[in-house]
Amino acid sequence: MTTPLSPLLNHRAVLAAAELRAPLAPGVPSAQPRLLSSARRAWRALAPRLVSWPFPLLVLLLWYLGCRFEWIAPQVLPSPATVWATLVDMFRSGDIWLHLQVSLVRVFAGFALGLAAGGALGIAMGLSPTFKDYVYPLFKAFSQVPVLGWLPLLMLLVGIDETLKIVLIAKAALVPVALNTYKGIQGVPTRYIEVARVLRFTRWQLLTKVVLPAAFAPIWNGVRYGFTHAWLALVVVELLASSEGIGYLIVYGRQLFQLDVVLAAVVVVGAVGFALDKALALIEVRLTRWRRAGF
Amino acid sequence: MARPAPLAQRVPRPLRGWVLPLGLLLVWWTAFHFGWSTSPLLVSPTAVWERALRYTASGELREALGASLWRNLAGFAIGATGGLLFGAALGFSRRFERVVGPSFHTLKQISLFAWIPLISVWFGLGDAAKVAFLSLAAFFPVVLNTFEGIRSVPRELIEVARVLRLTRWQVLSRVALPSAAPSIFAGIHLALVYAWLATLGAEYLLVAGKGIGNTLIDGREHLQMDLVIFGVIVVGAVGFTLNWLATQIENRLLAWRGSTVAQF
Repeated sequence: MTTPLSPLLNHRAVLAAAELRAPLAPGVPSAQPRLLSSARRAWRALAPRLVSWPFPLLVLLLWYLGCRFEWIAPQVLPSPATVWATLVDMFRSGDIWLHLQVSLVRVFAGFALGLAAGGALGIAMGLSPTFKDYVYPLFKAFSQVPVLGWLPLLMLLVGIDETLKIVLIAKAALVPVALNTYKGIQGVPTRYIEVARVLRFTRWQLLTKVVLPAAFAPIWNGVRYGFTHAWLALVVVELLASSEGIGYLIVYGRQLFQLDVVLAAVVVVGAVGFALDKALALIEVRLTRWRRAGF
Repeated sequence: MARPAPLAQRVPRPLRGWVLPLGLLLVWWTAFHFGWSTSPLLVSPTAVWERALRYTASGELREALGASLWRNLAGFAIGATGGLLFGAALGFSRRFERVVGPSFHTLKQISLFAWIPLISVWFGLGDAAKVAFLSLAAFFPVVLNTFEGIRSVPRELIEVARVLRLTRWQVLSRVALPSAAPSIFAGIHLALVYAWLATLGAEYLLVAGKGIGNTLIDGREHLQMDLVIFGVIVVGAVGFTLNWLATQIENRLLAWRGSTVAQF
């Protein structure tokens, strides 16, 4: 028990003992059903997860066989092994980190800008009906043109440098953030405001202690939508006008007809988008922790 | 009130929305008129207007817009139909959901436009590739919303249907689909918006043929700011019209929901 290995050994001993006992089990009337039921329970918990595997594995197998027997030309679809090797190689050589870093800086800068501007716009429109009367129609018209519609105009105005990417990403994030913040604030029950008035809250207190917490859920929804749009915009703008970044990697692979690079980069884009979305979900849990305290 | 109301509040409400756009237009026009900038990018509002008239009269607009809209609708129809079927299958069969669902949710994570380079290899640069990409853009939101709509059909409704001994087809067509309709329409609406965004993206990235996206690209390449501004306005107008149409159809088709509540 003093050596660090002992727990492991101990564990093995238990396993061995269990194996030894297993053939004896039928003789013991009570042990067998219990063992079986726990196995069944484990299976029941695992089965739903396991059944999701055959389908992608089958696709992978078909893909592999298709490449192995050259049903599909490797220029059109490289084998999964090649894609995996390329992916590993990109991570090992550090290429991917460089591109990923550029992309992440862009998306966070643009997203932060869009979040700040969209949040301010949404709060102003939500709190002041006069401001809303003046600005909302123009905002609505502005948001009718999709991000990609602005691209050629912006290219002419600011060139194809970093500014273009950040402005475009910011625009993509701004619209959902502003719209949801505005709608969220509109939806705050009047009773809350009345209570705050009775308590003689200042305007600032009203905003930070009543309005924003009450409108948190829709605002946060807007933030998540904003991020999804920002990520989409990042990929587009890098595909169209960039010389580095994860989107550029895709174009580069396409131009050289190295589809393994394209596929590997697509996998990375998907994984990073997924991870960032999950991160936002975690932040949401943390930010809404105060809610549980009330109940 | 002792003090007169601030100027901002003396403007009648219906006119307030016009102040900012007209102000911007005025600034733009003044900037041009007094020559604040000699950049060729500063074109006058009248130049844009004239360009719009010429472009429309020559039939170029009709050609570009026609090509874009045709592709948009074809891709949308394919994607939305596929999405409806797939989403319904996911929603109705737990087994199907368990087998295919996780793969679908994984594929969904891939940013839409990242598909374009792959599609261009598989389908070329022509209409086939664009329509394939558009259907993909329309597919995902329809699947998700159809699936969620069907999953959130209240159990009581199905129980009532069982008591009434409805056949499977009747349960599907009279209970499940009407109950899931708002969510399904939300998905279709979203798909329409995404398809329009994707139409532009496809035309930028798969540069071949005609389309409103190509008009914008041409304008940019030839430094014709008037054409670009006009193109942006057209894109916005089409987006607005599609949105408006979808809302109208949605309201019309879902009108029965409102009326059943109002009758009580």
